[in-house]
Amino acid sequence: MSDKLIKLVRFIGLGFLEPIIRLSKGEETKKNITLILKKIVAPLASILLFLLIWQQGSDALFNIEANYRIEKAFKEQGQEAADEMKLCIESGAIKCQPNTFPTPSQVKYSFYSLLKDHKIINADKKAFIEKTAELNKQRKKAGKKSLVYTGRPSFVDQIGTSLKTVFAGFLLAIFIAVPTGVVIGLSETLRSSINWIIQIFKPVSPVVWLLLVFMVVKTITKDSDIDSSFIISFISVGLCSMWATLVNTVMGVSTVDKDIINVAKVLKLGPVQKVFKVVLPSSLPLIFTGLRITLSVAWMVLIAIELLAQSPGLGSFVWEEFQNGANDSNSKIIVAMFVIGIIGFLLDRVMLTIQKFVSFNKN
Amino acid sequence: MAYLELNNINKTYGQGENANEVLSNINLHIEEGEFVAIVGFSGSGKTTLVNIINGLLKPTSGEILFKGNPVVDTSRERGVIFQNYSLLPWLTVYQNISVALKETFPKASKKFREERAKAYIETVNLTASIHKKPKELSGGMRQRVAIARALAMDPEMIIMDEPLGALDALTRGNLQDEILNIWNNDKRTALLITNNIDEGIYMADRIIPLRPGPNATLGPEFKINIERPRNKTLLNDNLEFKKIRNQIMEYLMEIGQERITANSIEYQLPDIEPKTFY
Repeated sequence: MSDKLIKLVRFIGLGFLEPIIRLSKGEETKKNITLILKKIVAPLASILLFLLIWQQGSDALFNIEANYRIEKAFKEQGQEAADEMKLCIESGAIKCQPNTFPTPSQVKYSFYSLLKDHKIINADKKAFIEKTAELNKQRKKAGKKSLVYTGRPSFVDQIGTSLKTVFAGFLLAIFIAVPTGVVIGLSETLRSSINWIIQIFKPVSPVVWLLLVFMVVKTITKDSDIDSSFIISFISVGLCSMWATLVNTVMGVSTVDKDIINVAKVLKLGPVQKVFKVVLPSSLPLIFTGLRITLSVAWMVLIAIELLAQSPGLGSFVWEEFQNGANDSNSKIIVAMFVIGIIGFLLDRVMLTIQKFVSFNKN
Repeated sequence: MAYLELNNINKTYGQGENANEVLSNINLHIEEGEFVAIVGFSGSGKTTLVNIINGLLKPTSGEILFKGNPVVDTSRERGVIFQNYSLLPWLTVYQNISVALKETFPKASKKFREERAKAYIETVNLTASIHKKPKELSGGMRQRVAIARALAMDPEMIIMDEPLGALDALTRGNLQDEILNIWNNDKRTALLITNNIDEGIYMADRIIPLRPGPNATLGPEFKINIERPRNKTLLNDNLEFKKIRNQIMEYLMEIGQERITANSIEYQLPDIEPKTFY
């Protein structure tokens, strides 16, 4: 039972829970306590240290800003205004808070306020749907378009949009890079003739890709009223991130073990059979390494691309908050940063798990 | 006309000044149902020779005929057992064999292929490991899978490239007997490449030493007139066995000696004596 649990825990990448499980079964107490110290207590301590440094740092930044304001009031309006400013800042009134790097507690507060916001918007949306349900039926009968909720998206909605964009881009990358990589990998002539394209386009920045895609998509979708910002952003994400998979697939396919190729020859496999039964399976581990890199690159460039393409999502959320300059904007940006980081980490974990499935190199 | 004929085979790697003639003037005739062993030092071009016979490599010059037809490519008529097993690591034992069977008997029923695969796995005593992957098997077991795969394809001739080279002595002995048993059952023509003279004498009808490369060529053949089934323990006291063994040894040692003298360099040592300390 506990062995199964440990296996499961290890498989989903939560291996650090293993000593706790073992300890609860009373196995090797001393060893497991050291393991807990190493794998759980030490990371927790480092998180605490991180929060402490953050708190101190943002306090220091806050003080600099506050002092500057007080001094400015003193210079421009005299002692009385300076005292008033000092009192005002100390009281925590919103109108005179300096806009600076937020503290951990502010970020936590913003996080909850974003969730609350999401609940409000969700309720609003539900009410709207209920309200328009009858009307939409009638509109449908009359052959008109149904009414949709056009209110502002909540933070959680934007996470959803970003994930949607990243998966669309990732799928696009798979569908372009893997087949192309296999074809290029199989033929030495193709490899040497196409290499320059890969080498030149690989380092191109996401911003440039976005502009290139924009130029093309803008012309193509001229007459239609499709939401082109989503199309532009997911295509750019796909094009930016596919190179790792392409290069890895080419490498995997072109460096299949000679012994394995000999087997294919001796078994007299046809060209199609050879690709599907021998070449692809043996290069799967490398292809998956590429896909893992692709997904993390896709998530990374997504934020920048959404920011520029004005397509809804975490990127535009960050940008809007920055432009907004409200009192809690900065802490909302930090919340978005953590959410982006954690989702990126989870995506990588998922890919790692899938990679473990297809890899035959390990026992 | 022999079953397999190699006439004046030469194989050169590289060109011009870098040309390296690995095999030169190889002539070999194997009759149907015969078990021939080729022994040679490692690095003498044995694998090159095997790959030419099974069609993976093309000779630079010379002619190779299988049942009277020139060999231009690999063929399922000639089953190959590689030195390093060459199993597909992502497939189980059963799948490794069924891939081969699907190619060999594309029109046969699924049931026929399934039964055939299982029967050959049984022949090499791997039924218990049928669903294991190569990584989970020992070297000897992996080579058994490779043997089962080669035999399941029903080849007319089996070519074995140092099949037991990487195995320990005990496993080696067992597998030698297994291969002999299988060979005995349907008397396929067999060619065994080995670096072990005893193995060659124990298993083959005829044993031919390969003079080491560059310019490897086949030496004089030694017929082994020891009755089958041979008994490994008694073989050590068999006069015929001893005689052949000594002859081949002598022959190979002679070549080895020639090579050493041919390659030997006289080192000029400085004329100094150790100092004496008081």
